[in-house]
Amino acid sequence: MSAVRDWLLDDSPASRLQASLGRSWRSFSALMRNPLAVAGALIILALIVMAVFAPWIAPYSAIGQDLANRLAPPSALHWMGTDELGRDIFSRVVFGSRITLMIVTMVAVISAPIGLLVGAISGYFGGWTDRVLMGLTDIFLSMPKLILALAFVAALGPGIENAIIAIAITAWPVYARIARAETITFRDSEFIAAVQLQGASSARVILRHVLPLCASSTIIRVTLDMAGIILTAAGLGFLGLGAQPPLPEWGAMISSGRNFILDQWWVATMPGFAIIAVSLGFCFLGDGLRDVLDPKQRDGR
Amino acid sequence: MTAPLLSIKNLTVTFPTPKGPVEVVRGISFSLGRERLGIVGESGSGKSMTGRSILKLIRPPGRVTADEMVFDGIDLASLRERRMRALRGARISMVMQDPKFSLNPVMTVGEQIGEALKTHRPMPRRQLRARVLEMLEAVRINEPERVADLYPHEVSGGMGQRVMIAMMLIPEPDLLIADEPTSALDVSVQAQVLDIIDELVRRNGMGLILISHDLGLVARYCDRILVMNGGEIVEECAARDLDKARHPYTRGLLAAMPRMDEDRDELPVLDRSAWAAT
Amino acid sequence: MNAIELTRLDIAYGPARVVHDVSLAVAEGESFALVGESGSGKSTILKAIAGLAPDWTGTISVLGNPRAHRPERDFARTCQMVFQDPYGSLHPRKTVDDCLAEPLAVHGLKGRDERVKAALAAVGLDRRFRFRYPHQLSGGQRQRVAIARALMLEPRILLLDEPTSALDVSVQAEILNLLKKLRREQGLTYLLVTHNLPVVSFLCDRLAVMRHGRIVEVAHVEALKTGRLADPYSRELYAASGGALQPA
Repeated sequence: MSAVRDWLLDDSPASRLQASLGRSWRSFSALMRNPLAVAGALIILALIVMAVFAPWIAPYSAIGQDLANRLAPPSALHWMGTDELGRDIFSRVVFGSRITLMIVTMVAVISAPIGLLVGAISGYFGGWTDRVLMGLTDIFLSMPKLILALAFVAALGPGIENAIIAIAITAWPVYARIARAETITFRDSEFIAAVQLQGASSARVILRHVLPLCASSTIIRVTLDMAGIILTAAGLGFLGLGAQPPLPEWGAMISSGRNFILDQWWVATMPGFAIIAVSLGFCFLGDGLRDVLDPKQRDGR
Repeated sequence: MTAPLLSIKNLTVTFPTPKGPVEVVRGISFSLGRERLGIVGESGSGKSMTGRSILKLIRPPGRVTADEMVFDGIDLASLRERRMRALRGARISMVMQDPKFSLNPVMTVGEQIGEALKTHRPMPRRQLRARVLEMLEAVRINEPERVADLYPHEVSGGMGQRVMIAMMLIPEPDLLIADEPTSALDVSVQAQVLDIIDELVRRNGMGLILISHDLGLVARYCDRILVMNGGEIVEECAARDLDKARHPYTRGLLAAMPRMDEDRDELPVLDRSAWAAT
Repeated sequence: MNAIELTRLDIAYGPARVVHDVSLAVAEGESFALVGESGSGKSTILKAIAGLAPDWTGTISVLGNPRAHRPERDFARTCQMVFQDPYGSLHPRKTVDDCLAEPLAVHGLKGRDERVKAALAAVGLDRRFRFRYPHQLSGGQRQRVAIARALMLEPRILLLDEPTSALDVSVQAEILNLLKKLRREQGLTYLLVTHNLPVVSFLCDRLAVMRHGRIVEVAHVEALKTGRLADPYSRELYAASGGALQPA
């Protein structure tokens, strides 16, 4: 164990692999020293485990109805009670984690690269390119997220895929702004000038030298935004524009539980807890990542 | 014999690192009268840390210990932060390397110099303004009235540094610590700034600690020189005897400097392994 | 053929014109210095030659070829630049190896391993440094990496922008020796920008003194060594640098 650690922390790595693994290890161990980040990481890990092993964890089917057992309170048989169709809420929450995880991953995978690329291009070239791209970004930024997502879903039709597209479209402008700001700080630096002097094309400079430097602040921001994405998805689900029944999406579950909120509180509350826990997890992890990855924050201490 | 202005015995500055604590200053001792003392060394020699620890400006997790750290009869080591604040500026001042980072960008030059005096000695505004203008004149600023109303970004580097000196010297301190005061300036301006410091220090009978990496410059403006390397004082000598320095490090530094009438084909390079552990 | 030839060069940086009517010829194999204080326009001339200060009029020709107003692929193989700040000229997220291999990748050159090793050896860096990140290197080591990077494409001309002014005296000596050795071994032409006259005395054959964007004097280095510069401003600079003046 300690041999592996020494190998990772070697000041004079002998190969490319050792150098990059060593750096990752340093970031990872710094992250693990941050209690909040560890808490966040554990919650996210639990979410992933829950999503992967849902069929084994959930005691019942997510959609199997048991009309004789409607709106049963939490008990040893049904840990979180049952809903208006007699479905086990715990099982639905467990299966719902798959939907939540898919939404956040898809949104991140779609919106982060778009934002990064638009921001880096805008910041690197400046001038007209910058003005046009940032104008576009500003238009998207100026509209409230949920309303814009609502409009898209209304136009494309309700459904989980369209909800993901709608959220992704509203999420990228923030990343573009961040990437642009980062790019501008080192656009005129000597290490970028040196690569230009070596004859590298603009595409190469942006992809290989500019983007890696914007990546960490974007990763931080995406992680912090996850909570917002989950809430937006839940909001769309709540309004009936996201996941459609009988999919166990947490927002839609709250929505259907709201009819009985006074007498059968658990129907709406349980998925609510799940949303809060996962949102908090992403926030904690994002804060921890910021402490580890963002040198500007670190210097401020 | 009169007591020295500043007396330091066994000063150590330690910083913790993941690989254990590192001593950046290792038990150095020196004393200073009302004279001009130069501390020379390369980056990492601990010269700046020495200057900062006198003013107790080392932030945690850095730790300063000393057997004795006495300034004009006051024990600095045991002094509380509140009393230390009263001492800083009023009796011991410090000029840093780059005026751009030391001046407040949203206050005029005159206000800042006035502020430096007012903090330690409240006085009516009119009198304050007069003292500020007088001080600007003392640092050879031609139109003090006009310059006093400028903001820091409107003055050049050399003028900014002269403003800093005015600000530091207006409370008439007994000791001025100048940490690389001219490294950010052009050669022709460097001489001007150092001449001003020199003149004011002599006129007010102050002590001066000039911290620099430039041996030639320190030799020109100081009476006595401490050469630091790896957190230790390796050589102490009178400035005029610098060319007779004995320690291999000092000799190595002197030899490594290219000369104006250079005829060597290769510059001698310091063999660090001989006396430095790292 | 001259390595670098500037004729009636005017350079603007933003709204201000910072270099006025500069004409200059640097012979092949020569080591030429541009000296002056900050704001004299000496660095701007280097940037214009490299293509990093695109707003200029007049002509710049390098080894007989006129220069464009931006960096070019082919130009990269004849002329490279070393920057002042060893802390700002290396990409913080790339290892020494990545940094040295990048020019090879850009130009599709083979033999990455051997060439990187040879370059490290040429600038006197041990192989242990090959996979370190810049933050694991000292200032002098970084500057060696920057010099090695500039030499990867085997250029004939190096533009040196204050290559030692951010370094300690003892490290400066090492880098100056290295630059002298490389020039001897590879027959390089140097155009050095500096404010440090003794460095010019050690490394250069000729120098041009600049003030407010104009050349006030072009002299042989002997004139510097003996304190016989002609122009009043050059003499002022010489005296401020600690030189003992002689009648011109």
